[in-house]
Amino acid sequence: MRIAVASGKGGTGKTLVATSLAISLAEQKKPVQLLDCDVEEPNAHIFLKNKPNAEETVFLPIPQVDYGLCQYCGKCAEVCQFNAIALMKRTLVIFPDVCHSCGGCWHLCPADALKPVAREVGTVEMGQSDPIKLVSGRLKLGTHISPPVVKAVREKEDPASIIIIDGPPGSSCPVMTAVAGTDYCILVTEPTPFGLNDLVLAVEMLRVLGVPCGVVINRDVPGQDIIDRYCEMQGLPVLMRIPLQTQIARAYAKGIPLVESDPTWRAKFLELYQRVAGEVVS
Amino acid sequence: MKELTIISGKGGTGKTSILGAFATLAGKSVICDCDVDAANLHILLQPNIKETHDFYGEKKAEIVPELCTNCGKCEELCQFQAIQQGQINPYACEGCAVCYHVCPAGAVNIKPHLSGQWYISETKWGPMVHAKLGIAQGNSGLLVNMVRKKAREIAREQSLPLIISDGPPGIGCPVISSLAGTDMALIVTEPTVSGIHDLERIVKVAAGFGCVSAVCINKYNLDEYNCRYIEDLAERLQVPVIGRIPYDLTVTEAVLQGIPVTTLGKGDAQGPIQELWQQVGNLLGVR
Repeated sequence: MRIAVASGKGGTGKTLVATSLAISLAEQKKPVQLLDCDVEEPNAHIFLKNKPNAEETVFLPIPQVDYGLCQYCGKCAEVCQFNAIALMKRTLVIFPDVCHSCGGCWHLCPADALKPVAREVGTVEMGQSDPIKLVSGRLKLGTHISPPVVKAVREKEDPASIIIIDGPPGSSCPVMTAVAGTDYCILVTEPTPFGLNDLVLAVEMLRVLGVPCGVVINRDVPGQDIIDRYCEMQGLPVLMRIPLQTQIARAYAKGIPLVESDPTWRAKFLELYQRVAGEVVS
Repeated sequence: MKELTIISGKGGTGKTSILGAFATLAGKSVICDCDVDAANLHILLQPNIKETHDFYGEKKAEIVPELCTNCGKCEELCQFQAIQQGQINPYACEGCAVCYHVCPAGAVNIKPHLSGQWYISETKWGPMVHAKLGIAQGNSGLLVNMVRKKAREIAREQSLPLIISDGPPGIGCPVISSLAGTDMALIVTEPTVSGIHDLERIVKVAAGFGCVSAVCINKYNLDEYNCRYIEDLAERLQVPVIGRIPYDLTVTEAVLQGIPVTTLGKGDAQGPIQELWQQVGNLLGVR
């Protein structure tokens, strides 16, 4: 079972839900793997007090020129759709930050003067905060393109575990890479027009990807039913409500998972899992 | 002309609420929403859309089935696993055109792809440029570039001295496009352990752009210990903390009403936001 946690809007409580869900399941002796795919700003390790015991570097190939072979024909610059190579007199200027590693230049160079070399774009850290297996991606600072690091994290998926994916905010490429092919996506939102606007975008994105979803309303206030009305109209289940309470915000601020600051939440997160499992089966 | 961009690293720290308030305090400026992925500023500023433009930001490959000989060359060389059994998956295709160049049968076309729309609007507080990335589309950095380019054109045409931009969360491609060439990055953080972790990363990214950086701590009284920690961290990273905004439910109330918090006429956040704006003005040298 692969469950993604996403949101559209940032700061709605994705990590809060993902970590508390993982901890609650682990306490039931279930094998749990938490993948932190918010590689631009990974935070799950803070809540799990996880010390990584292994680290891998994520590389992407970028072109390197062999001036002994280069004929200065300009073919590479011509085929590059991302303006990552420019020919200036007798120098090839390569801009690694905009390179998409498509390989066009080195496949199509008539003189075989370009070859791919590895460029570091991030790291994947693995750790065990018993009994949860945590895998966190971390985009290298100043690097533009995060999906390859998200992919590298997802390559660590352990099919024997319940896999929980903590996704990035938004609804474009990094999120799509994090949620594609999962069995279910829990969308965490808040009952404000900001929350609704970005929830709608995330739901539409998930429909394109064919991933079923349900909604957790965080910072819930009785009577503020903007999300409920949308979910009802769209036939989306409201899976859980987390009330707007200063003590929840304060515990979160200190990095204490909700199920630890208030253990009565454990049962509710297990119920959330059961509901998701039920939705996946149906 | 000066440009201010609000960023945060961590999402949901209050960028849009603060920028919406700034729009009301700035006198006339060009207002720009660079969070094209999940734009929210329009909810507060209620822009009246004057112009809508299609955005063709990327290209996508297309296979002509009648010409395809199923040789598999394109599939073998596609780095994005976007071709399977002679079919292109448009969501995986990045438009690199390798398939187009290597196809021996000339069966691949590369076509511009509609990936969103951008708008020029009027608000009560000045012109606004914003955009909507299409559903499940990539390449938001290019759309951010487009929105910022238009904002600069409008500022020049109307002789407006300032552009204020609401940035996206994170540190990746749309954030970098939002920072390139800006005069000042205002980093909005919150006193949570996640906020602290993300602050250090975004400060280092912003430092690579040679702009003035400053930090504002939103909801500072949520955790006074973490707040002091942020102040120390900012000092170590050599970025000034120029504002502290209290945790105030009237900020949410303004969002619910769809208005900037400064026009609500109450709440503890009002004064500190006005002081923050003064500090921003001083650092930018716009007054």
